[in-house]
Amino acid sequence: MEKTKTNYSRRSFLKSTALTGGGLMISFSWLSEFAFAGKPGIPDVGGQFYELTGYIKITADNIIKIFNPNPEFGQNVMTSLPMIIAEELDVDWKKIVVEMGPHDNVKLGPQFTGGSNSVRMYWRPLREAGASARHMLMDAASQTWSVPLEEVTTKAGTVYHEKSGKSGTYGEFASKAAGLSIPKGIKPKDVKNFNVVRHSQKNVEGTKIVTGKPLFGMDYTEEGMLIAMIHHPPAFGMKVKSFDAAQTLKMPGIKDVFTLKLYEDGFEQAGFDTRSFNDLLVVVGNTTWEVMNARKKLIVQWEPIGDLTEKKNNFGRKQDVVIPGALESSVTQYKKMQDKAKEPATLLRKDGDPETAFKNAAKIIERTYTAPFLAHNCMEPMNFFAHVKDDSALLIGPHQAPGWIEPTVSKILNLPADKIEIRMARMGGGFGLRAYGHYVVEAALISKKIKAPVKLVYSREDDMTYGIYRPMYTATYRAALDANKNLIAFHVKGGGIPESPIHQNRFPAGAVDNYLAESWEIPSNITIGAFRAPRSNFNAAAEQSFLDELAETMGKDPIDFRLELLKRAKENPVGKNNEYDADRYAGVLQLIKEKSGWGDPANKKYSRGVAAYFCHNSYAAHVVDMVKKDGQPYVERVFSAMDCGIVVNPDAATNMVQGAVVDGIGNALYGGLTHKDGVTEQNNFNRYRIIRMKEAPKKIEVHFVQNDIDPTGLGEPPFPPVFAAVANALYKNTGKRVYNQPFNNDLITKKAF
Amino acid sequence: MATYNLKINGKMHETDADPSTPLLWVLREHLDMVGTKFGCGLAQCGACTVHLDDVATRSCVLPVSQVGNHEITTIEGLSEKGDHPVQKAWVEHDVAQCGYCQAGQIMTAAAFLKKNPNPSDEDIAAAMDGNICRCGTYLRIRAAVKSAAKS
Repeated sequence: MEKTKTNYSRRSFLKSTALTGGGLMISFSWLSEFAFAGKPGIPDVGGQFYELTGYIKITADNIIKIFNPNPEFGQNVMTSLPMIIAEELDVDWKKIVVEMGPHDNVKLGPQFTGGSNSVRMYWRPLREAGASARHMLMDAASQTWSVPLEEVTTKAGTVYHEKSGKSGTYGEFASKAAGLSIPKGIKPKDVKNFNVVRHSQKNVEGTKIVTGKPLFGMDYTEEGMLIAMIHHPPAFGMKVKSFDAAQTLKMPGIKDVFTLKLYEDGFEQAGFDTRSFNDLLVVVGNTTWEVMNARKKLIVQWEPIGDLTEKKNNFGRKQDVVIPGALESSVTQYKKMQDKAKEPATLLRKDGDPETAFKNAAKIIERTYTAPFLAHNCMEPMNFFAHVKDDSALLIGPHQAPGWIEPTVSKILNLPADKIEIRMARMGGGFGLRAYGHYVVEAALISKKIKAPVKLVYSREDDMTYGIYRPMYTATYRAALDANKNLIAFHVKGGGIPESPIHQNRFPAGAVDNYLAESWEIPSNITIGAFRAPRSNFNAAAEQSFLDELAETMGKDPIDFRLELLKRAKENPVGKNNEYDADRYAGVLQLIKEKSGWGDPANKKYSRGVAAYFCHNSYAAHVVDMVKKDGQPYVERVFSAMDCGIVVNPDAATNMVQGAVVDGIGNALYGGLTHKDGVTEQNNFNRYRIIRMKEAPKKIEVHFVQNDIDPTGLGEPPFPPVFAAVANALYKNTGKRVYNQPFNNDLITKKAF
Repeated sequence: MATYNLKINGKMHETDADPSTPLLWVLREHLDMVGTKFGCGLAQCGACTVHLDDVATRSCVLPVSQVGNHEITTIEGLSEKGDHPVQKAWVEHDVAQCGYCQAGQIMTAAAFLKKNPNPSDEDIAAAMDGNICRCGTYLRIRAAVKSAAKS
């Protein structure tokens, strides 16, 4: 059932990277041009290594190193990407050494962690890299032994010539192979013959993690390194007017206090150059504790910024964005959304004649959903090390997209990109926040100013109140039913502060004759950005709750109702731009129906909620089983079905889905960030509730659809539908529909609108 | 500034620090033992958990001046070769995603199992509830604690 439209074809990959990265087109030149010498700054590999493609190094005594190209933030690419190479290279997984690669977009590709892209964008290039290197080693052996290449085989890091009984390790041929040109058009393995990929392999950094080795940016240190912290304004919409640092400078260990501008006036911000505050008040000292304490002694006058215009260049799309200066409060933000929702909006998609269908409807159901800002709350607060000199810069830390931030750093430091070295540390979480580069630039500017190596550290309070949050959203869904309770029209109108969540070409678009999608936005000075499955994380919550209520009104089983709609979308789709594959979508619903024992009377003791969603080219469905524990609704167990194509590392993928389920339950019930007069009201975990072990389910059973489709997204797709499955289970458990996140508040106080 | 002699992982360490400095920052920045993590600074997340004698303690709110003669164990000293039953169970269950909170989780679990070697799921949840894992690996943490209890 392989469908090219749902796969990442090489062509579309090259195209999309060209669009988003400027210059990344050449990232695959490694296949056509052999590079022997390593770039300065490649992690020390010691000894005499021979490089076969940018990803693989082999010594004469057969030490095989595979470099993970992509930043690691817990999605386990440090293991799964090298597995793909190892599979094609044909080496013993237990014997290879895996290291984090250097930042080098030319040799190692886009090096971007986000959009559930790591495995899907590297799948083909890494298979080709491994297969090409293996071919070169075989070629070297064939030349050495003077035997035909066709008779040479490999097994687990050794080359064989069966007829003559000759064999040799890869290491013996590495030197010779390194002198050969990289072949083109080498066919990777048949997926049926995989023996590394599709077999669970443990996290290659597992032992380092459990023994406390320095892996994270926060752990980095070097001789003479100073610590910097930024004292940011107390409210969005404010900036420094004046400050008195006399007391701060008298505190022990303090070196300097100064202000600097992150972006000069008129600076054209690239897509991920989002930052909360531009005027930085910086304290630099010897240790974090000294800086934290001294920072409290600052006497600062703040003033309103007022309206301002930012120049944006979002991957080629240039625009001036007006940022309103008013100090915002959540109560008025909800009211603003409520008012805006009544105004005419931008038409995104229209099929058939929805106006007439609604006019002629026997029954109309209308429901409105809301969601608050969310903070990412990565366990490792933002931080970065920088050592900027006159002619070079070294930057070390946690970042999801070093290739996106490097051009900005280059412009701001006025240094050519090849004089800037970025080393990627393991990230203590990312969830989208670490795709933004403000803290990298901040660290670089501070180092430049004080002419010393420095680590910028955010406290938890900085991290939570100085964020780039998941936006506030709302959407109103309407459905028109005829006298026979058939669904004849569907309407979604949604918006947010400051972006709209609506995906107009996703299910149930394509399954309903008369369909209308509209969108609006309200500008804000509260900074927002990607948060695990952006927009989808709200759409799924709203739409899949609405479909549940709709099915109930129509007297239908919620799974069967969705399957009916998908059957329609497959057999006679409405419109042309439907993003999803109806078969794969139905596949996860059928799988979850079977695996959860959906019709089994034995499960009647549970309040069951179901939801499914498509995003990042993958399909996820969950059945949430809720009970009452100590009088409170508790998700006791969850069944999950995923179709993400070939699963590279099954146990780690299961971990990822389980984590997404826990994250979804937590954010659905408790997540929420509010503002009062621009001040973020939650600034640490005592005020911002994160799900803990007591609230985690006892069991999360994960099932993957078995197919041979090239991998699609995994980290994000299971997250969005959890919200709705929880909402639908809550209804069964409490008798109340919940419309406003976090649901815990909605159940108790009926907040929002 | 004052001078402190701290017994950490069986060895004496001398350091000069302001008395208010939390043990967390003494470990991380004075003694270069960075396995103990900074998460919140308020004893809310557990990433900074160490053992004070045998008691799981949040090092981010424990001033170095309060440590006295108590023996400190950090993740680096939980076992010599990374083979403490809890560490082994963590690897066996492949618990970690980002991994940042896991040293704190392991230190909490190790202290807890010493007191309660045969815990129920409820006991485990109660003991581990102060440790946040933002990646949501709680099910594997619970399974690993149970495995470690058995070994």
